[in-house]
Amino acid sequence: MKKLALLLSTGVIAALAHAPNVAAQTEIAWWHAMDAELGKKLEEIANGFNESQSEFKIVPSYKGTYPETLTAAIAAFRANEQPAIVQVFEVGTGTMMAAKGAVYPVYQLMEDNGEPWDPSGFLAPVVGYYSDTDGNILSMPFNSSTPIMYYNKDVFEKAGLDRETPPKTWAELEAMSRQIMESGAAPCGFTSGWITWVQTENLSAIHDQPYGTLENGFGGLGTEFTFNGPVQVKHWDNLKKWADEGLFEYGGPVGGGDAPPKFYAQECAIYMNSSASRAGVINNSKEFEVGFAPLPYYDDVTTDPKNSIIGGATLWALNGKDPEVYKGVAQFFTYLSQPEVQASWHQFTGYLPITNAAYELGQEQNYYADNPGSDIAIKQITRGTPTANSKGVRFGNLTQARTVVDEEFEAMLAGTKTAQEALDAAVERGNQILRDFEAANQ
Amino acid sequence: MQAKRTIFPNKILPYMLLVPQLAVTLIFFIWPALQALKSSFEREDPFGFRTTFVWFENYRRLFIDPNYVGSLSKTAVFAFSVTVLSMSLALILAVAVNRVLRTNRLYTTLLVWPYAVAPVVVGILWWFMFNPTIGIAPYLLRAAGIDWNHRIDGTDAMILVIIAASWKQISYNFLFFVAGLQSVPQSLIEAAAIDGAGPFKRFWTIVFPLLSPTTFFLLIVNMNYAMFDTFGLIDATTQGGPAQATNILVYKVYTDGFIGLNIGSSSAQSVVLMIIVIALTAIQFRYVERRVQY
Repeated sequence: MKKLALLLSTGVIAALAHAPNVAAQTEIAWWHAMDAELGKKLEEIANGFNESQSEFKIVPSYKGTYPETLTAAIAAFRANEQPAIVQVFEVGTGTMMAAKGAVYPVYQLMEDNGEPWDPSGFLAPVVGYYSDTDGNILSMPFNSSTPIMYYNKDVFEKAGLDRETPPKTWAELEAMSRQIMESGAAPCGFTSGWITWVQTENLSAIHDQPYGTLENGFGGLGTEFTFNGPVQVKHWDNLKKWADEGLFEYGGPVGGGDAPPKFYAQECAIYMNSSASRAGVINNSKEFEVGFAPLPYYDDVTTDPKNSIIGGATLWALNGKDPEVYKGVAQFFTYLSQPEVQASWHQFTGYLPITNAAYELGQEQNYYADNPGSDIAIKQITRGTPTANSKGVRFGNLTQARTVVDEEFEAMLAGTKTAQEALDAAVERGNQILRDFEAANQ
Repeated sequence: MQAKRTIFPNKILPYMLLVPQLAVTLIFFIWPALQALKSSFEREDPFGFRTTFVWFENYRRLFIDPNYVGSLSKTAVFAFSVTVLSMSLALILAVAVNRVLRTNRLYTTLLVWPYAVAPVVVGILWWFMFNPTIGIAPYLLRAAGIDWNHRIDGTDAMILVIIAASWKQISYNFLFFVAGLQSVPQSLIEAAAIDGAGPFKRFWTIVFPLLSPTTFFLLIVNMNYAMFDTFGLIDATTQGGPAQATNILVYKVYTDGFIGLNIGSSSAQSVVLMIIVIALTAIQFRYVERRVQY
């Protein structure tokens, strides 16, 4: 017995003696919001980095949805238990930018740690969205997306339409939806995820309409919403009219969780959502062929639709860790920006390639030629020259403001408010939220 | 006959024995409640860098906000409907099972099952059944000529969450009612039957009054359940929508505080919620309990 105990304890001591070698690796916590397939792919990226060197170890952990991850990180920061890296969706950008003491800006992080950093290598709309007023990038672009249109080619053919010609304008989309319904090819024309992001924010950008003052919030805290203009009112009016006719089916608030099944079940022939839904759409649409197209526009408003705007998330470095940790974070960010890593993430997920080099690599690999439609999102977000109205929307507390937009949209669908009344109410309530944010951050 | 009284001479021991319970109450109830009270008077950015004392601004803003006032009345409708529906159905089921002699064990087990299901799972179950796109219920309702869409129609959404919340609570109420019914002395009922009282009369004049402690207890438990415990269910079925039609107080506290990161307003709301519950419980114990016969 004694011998056994002795043996065991020697074993323990031996194990402990080896432990320092393992502990020498600096662990870097990375909180993210990518589940299922995306989460697996993300872990693959982390493993790729961990295997490429022996000094640091990235430890990714899934923290729920985007809002949940942001809330968890903020709560952790208040308790001084924050991760070194957190993934924050674009809606949280205003909140993060205002939290100057909490954030280690990425341009500074790279400079302090002597890592190469060339902002001009990133896609222009991505750089613009995550830069401060002096043009410095504050967070590391990771998974950026933009909404596109998916359509069911088989239903188009059944309705007597050309399966290779998706609608370009809203007028065409209305006519085609009607033909689809009347021919009995599908019971509904179109549906959409994210009414706030796709049918309001992106609609405004594409038609060069302001969403708020001070360059859609890029210019400072004293901004006000202005998305109750004639184009937005016209569009919401149309959506209500189309919903009453059955041409459009509402998929629910926030992300619109009911929208994808409507498309997958071939109930609605057209579906608008993030380019990052691509993998999911293809996987769930095995019984019919999917086509991809840019979002429609009103040709009586503009003949030159602007670029669409960004969604998705970036990686923020949080303050309060050892310099050693930030050295690892900087190296990891360099690893992430490599064209091979980016191109593989982008091609697997449908998120945008965030660097020009990753896009070019994809072209060299013939990826876009082999997968028709996979570059629609990139072409749409880089078309034309971005204006003050199409740079993006960046407001504090935008999560709350989006909830308000959803609620007013639902009130309009229920018939208690007209489009004008609903948008006016959303602007008024939204401005109150902006004032709160301003007051809390001054 | 007087019960024997035991006297413990030790003066400190009783307090020592109370310490664990008091500590738990202090740490997990009193302290957070005080924290909520404190931050309800403050305006703070999410990260907690800048905190300003704003007096009653958070409260003032709440009560001029039509959405908050709307949420109050929605909570009242919701809590009242869930309590009435789940208690009356549970009582009917309990009375029915109490009459079946041989197989009541089996029925009881079957009826208690739903209580073992977590609120979020209940929510997803009902979300699935009533989903306007893929659910079976709207499909059947449409065949019957009723257009069901709780995504757009606020009344549909309210009905859905009331049914879902009640469904789960019926089991709990049922258990207590069955236990209560079985403790009603058979001799009383038999005597009344011999005197010529019908089943309905026997129930109202003998069984129901004897059930009153159970009913009273369940009333409080159900009100609290509807106001606090249904959070997961609302989150999984309607997320407070459409257009805030099912945004009950406890869910609004969550969305404003955790999604919107508006800690001041969220704290003010939880303080209001706390006051409502304290008031309700006080009223129940002061007035309703008087009518209860133990």
